[in-house]
Amino acid sequence: MALLEVRNLRTSFRTDDGIVRAVDGVSFEVEKGQVLGIVGESGSGKSVTNLTIMGLNPRQNTITSGEALWKGRDLLKMKPAELREIRGSEISMIFQDPMTSLNPVHTIGKQLVEAILLHRDVTKRVARARALELLRAVGIPRADARIDDYPHQFSGGMRQRVMIAMALINDPDLLIADEPTTALDVTTQAQILALMKRLQQDFGSAIIMITHDLGVIAEIADDVFVMYAANVVEQAEVHDLFNRPQHPYTWGLMGSLPRLDADVERLTQIPGQPPSLLRPPPGCRFHPRCPYVMEVCKTTVPKLVPTQKDPGHLQACHLDEETKDREAAKLLEAMMVEAG
Amino acid sequence: MATTNSVPTTTTAAETADGNLLVVDDVKKHFPITRGIIFQKEIASVKAVDGVSFSIKPGETLGIVGESGCGKSTLARCIMRLLDPTAGRVIFDGHDITNLSRPSMRPVRRDMTMIFQDPYASLNPRKRVGFIVAEPLEVHGIGTAAEIKLRVQELLEVVGLNPEHYNRFPHEFSGGQRQRIGVARALAVNPKLIVCDEPVSALDVSVQAQILNLLKDLQDDFGLTYVFIAHDLNVVRHISDRVMVMYLGKVAEVASRDVLYREPKHPYTGALLSAVPIANPELGRKRESIVLEGDVPSPVNPPSACRFHPRCPRFVEGHCDVEEPPLYPFGEGHVAACHYPLERWPMTASEMHRGRRVREEEPAPAPDYAASS
Amino acid sequence: MFRYLVRRTLWAIMLFIVITFVTFVIFFMAPQNPGRAVCGGERARADCIERATEKLGLDDPIPVQYLRFLKRLVIDRSLGQSFITNEQVNDVIADAAPVTASLVFGGAILWMMIGLVVGIFSALRPRSLLDRIAMVGVLVGVSAHPVWIGLIFSYFLGYKWHITPIATYADFFNPVEGQPGGPWQWFYHMILPWCTFAILFAALYVRMIRANVMETMSEDYVRTARAKGAPESRVLGAHVLRNALLPVVTMLGMDIGIALGGAIFTEGVYQLPGLGLTAINAVNAQDLAVVQGVVVFSTLCIIFFNLIVDLLYAWIDPRIRLT
Repeated sequence: MALLEVRNLRTSFRTDDGIVRAVDGVSFEVEKGQVLGIVGESGSGKSVTNLTIMGLNPRQNTITSGEALWKGRDLLKMKPAELREIRGSEISMIFQDPMTSLNPVHTIGKQLVEAILLHRDVTKRVARARALELLRAVGIPRADARIDDYPHQFSGGMRQRVMIAMALINDPDLLIADEPTTALDVTTQAQILALMKRLQQDFGSAIIMITHDLGVIAEIADDVFVMYAANVVEQAEVHDLFNRPQHPYTWGLMGSLPRLDADVERLTQIPGQPPSLLRPPPGCRFHPRCPYVMEVCKTTVPKLVPTQKDPGHLQACHLDEETKDREAAKLLEAMMVEAG
Repeated sequence: MATTNSVPTTTTAAETADGNLLVVDDVKKHFPITRGIIFQKEIASVKAVDGVSFSIKPGETLGIVGESGCGKSTLARCIMRLLDPTAGRVIFDGHDITNLSRPSMRPVRRDMTMIFQDPYASLNPRKRVGFIVAEPLEVHGIGTAAEIKLRVQELLEVVGLNPEHYNRFPHEFSGGQRQRIGVARALAVNPKLIVCDEPVSALDVSVQAQILNLLKDLQDDFGLTYVFIAHDLNVVRHISDRVMVMYLGKVAEVASRDVLYREPKHPYTGALLSAVPIANPELGRKRESIVLEGDVPSPVNPPSACRFHPRCPRFVEGHCDVEEPPLYPFGEGHVAACHYPLERWPMTASEMHRGRRVREEEPAPAPDYAASS
Repeated sequence: MFRYLVRRTLWAIMLFIVITFVTFVIFFMAPQNPGRAVCGGERARADCIERATEKLGLDDPIPVQYLRFLKRLVIDRSLGQSFITNEQVNDVIADAAPVTASLVFGGAILWMMIGLVVGIFSALRPRSLLDRIAMVGVLVGVSAHPVWIGLIFSYFLGYKWHITPIATYADFFNPVEGQPGGPWQWFYHMILPWCTFAILFAALYVRMIRANVMETMSEDYVRTARAKGAPESRVLGAHVLRNALLPVVTMLGMDIGIALGGAIFTEGVYQLPGLGLTAINAVNAQDLAVVQGVVVFSTLCIIFFNLIVDLLYAWIDPRIRLT
């Protein structure tokens, strides 16, 4: 049985302007120890999906439907107290901006100890020792001195390490990382990614990695799904996704990346911008921007179905597979990789 | 034979310029930190930019790349004279503009404009788009009201916006469109040089591509020269002719684009290149990337001699921490400030290792200075 | 931290000197000759004015007069004598200050209670019925004049329904012969004044606390706390309030400091012999020495409270300590 099974998750927000459908029918599974990458741009719904699973959306004006089965129990139907037991111990989450994610008036030691004491019945001394252990594990130098420092005395990269320590301190089975390196410098990002990979092996947690950076996905994910405008448009094992992308949006994303390893004169640009989630376009939500748009795309929503060549690779597009393979090949050729 | 970081000061500005549109000569920008009960005394300073020199020819794009705290944004503001350099010279189009008074700078600002990072903050939300783009023209007194309006509509079209949206407010546009407005504003006065301070960092990837393509097209159409500042190496590679890497207020390496990315000489450049995630799972996981240890040290108290030595995989004790490396030349304008430049590329961290590595005291992490980067 | 303290104290002293000098100059630049004021104002006789001028040293240059004033203030610790009653101004203030203090501190406790309770609950349930009622209440509280409120309360609760006394002050420690006194009477007589005085501030603080709490609730670190599995009560107590109420501390200190200078309207309506009423009476009687005494005293209070607030803030917020 998979660790987390999400079925047909839908989340909408009631706003003054109407109902915003932020997540509109997302299904996926996470196995023990697996790294699942979720790729999407702003407004795609990638963050809201995970906030819904964790129950962190604002209580009022949020409408949720579907299932999120954690070890067989539906998180969406749990009582708040039950969900709180799981949050922070079995499933934990780290967020994008390390500069604001820690309370500025408490020491980091206090915040780490709080994370432990919320879920384990131990003495403060034991909790503090465990906090020190984690700080060392994430590479904070002179941890025994720094544990009583305040967040503003740490740099961005260090704060993110503290967040990771806080997330792993109760040995979670699943760590959800929402754009953990987006706000960091590239060398710091490399450090954090290397750290996460190592910790994932040491602790054995599964990771859901949310990002807009295909490079990060390529480095760390086992499986990927691509979100656009509240839907999943493609889902595959990571090598498959990069070798045989099957959705025009994925092609657009890959083509619009300036690359270190390839020479592209003109970047592929996806015209226009992501649609409003208040009144999404009918049919396929990507159709107003799609260079391959056909009549059927404007009326019928494409279903997320397996490709013929590979049942593990799902995509939601009306184009036939032959055309897709041809276009994908053209794209990859244009981005010809120079030998390492 | 090494070149030093400064140009002799006896030559005139025009002579120094030597056909270059912009020459930056040993510019420094230090922000003082004061202490004292009644009278503030300077006890230290944040050395945001500490001796940077480079030159740009007309029509070229120089990419400046570096991480937070390296001083690239501060440098951009010094070039634009939005900040006054503490030392050094900025020579634009043959004129020394380093110490010009504000009124004297006015005509210069027709030739040198800027595009900013945050498309949500750099446009006045209370002004209509037409006003925003027209303002530079009005400030410099170019054209009658009718001519200005025509020009603004022309500009909006050039950057890919509907000229009929002249009367809309910024909040009615998306991030990418707002950045286009910023570009139109920078173009309004027909500048020679545009300083782009991280213009695509705040945008989604798909929109990023639109703006990058636009900037490239405009450069071809209007013969513009760009100083393009970014922290994303992919982006810089795409748009630059030459690239300059900065670290902690100093220049680490300068080279033409292809050379920098294929044969970097400075270990920091190598680490940067190695750290960028590659959107290719096979390549990405096969290579052994160089992971630097520690954080970028504080620009208040930079390490002695070579600024990079505490984190450098090639550190040689007794040399790198004693003698500051000048910018050694490697031919064809390629310079790098390192005593032990990389012999080849790619290299892994273990291959880079050279001298006896002595672990120094962990450098203090960079505090939150508003002045950093 | 020590350096910070020393620097702030030095600034406070300098501020005090500047303010008292300006006050001094203003009063003695006033069109009214103080000598004439001492002699009864309009009805002053020439020879009286002459004697008064000499006695008060009004012919000397202003800086000399100011230094004399300062010397008297700092060394003799005296604020001079009332022009009208010849009482020591120190005594006048010593009688009036406790009255104002009871009003202000009691009022502060009341307004903080209202502000915290209503402000926090409204922030937790925005746009609910409670919240909307609270916001209407705030509007009324901010718009209605304390004198008007005072008179309304006084009329209905005091005169018509006899729930509370109409006016006057009952001394806590030393009841005057023939007048109510002692702790209970003091409390009983202060109820209406406290309510009147507190209404305006309560409204302002409800609004401020509500805004601060709402803003803090949307901060990232509050989300982190929830993600750790903390129950809402803990999120509120340990994370939200501690941050949201920081600015309230500053405001409270400053407001109390200012109010100690004399809650003029409230004192006026209820005839409480505090600093405000004293000052008004002195102005009407042209008793410049007393007016000046009140100004100096309230300046001292404000400076003192500002200093306390600065120190308190530095103590509470770890980000500030390091200057």
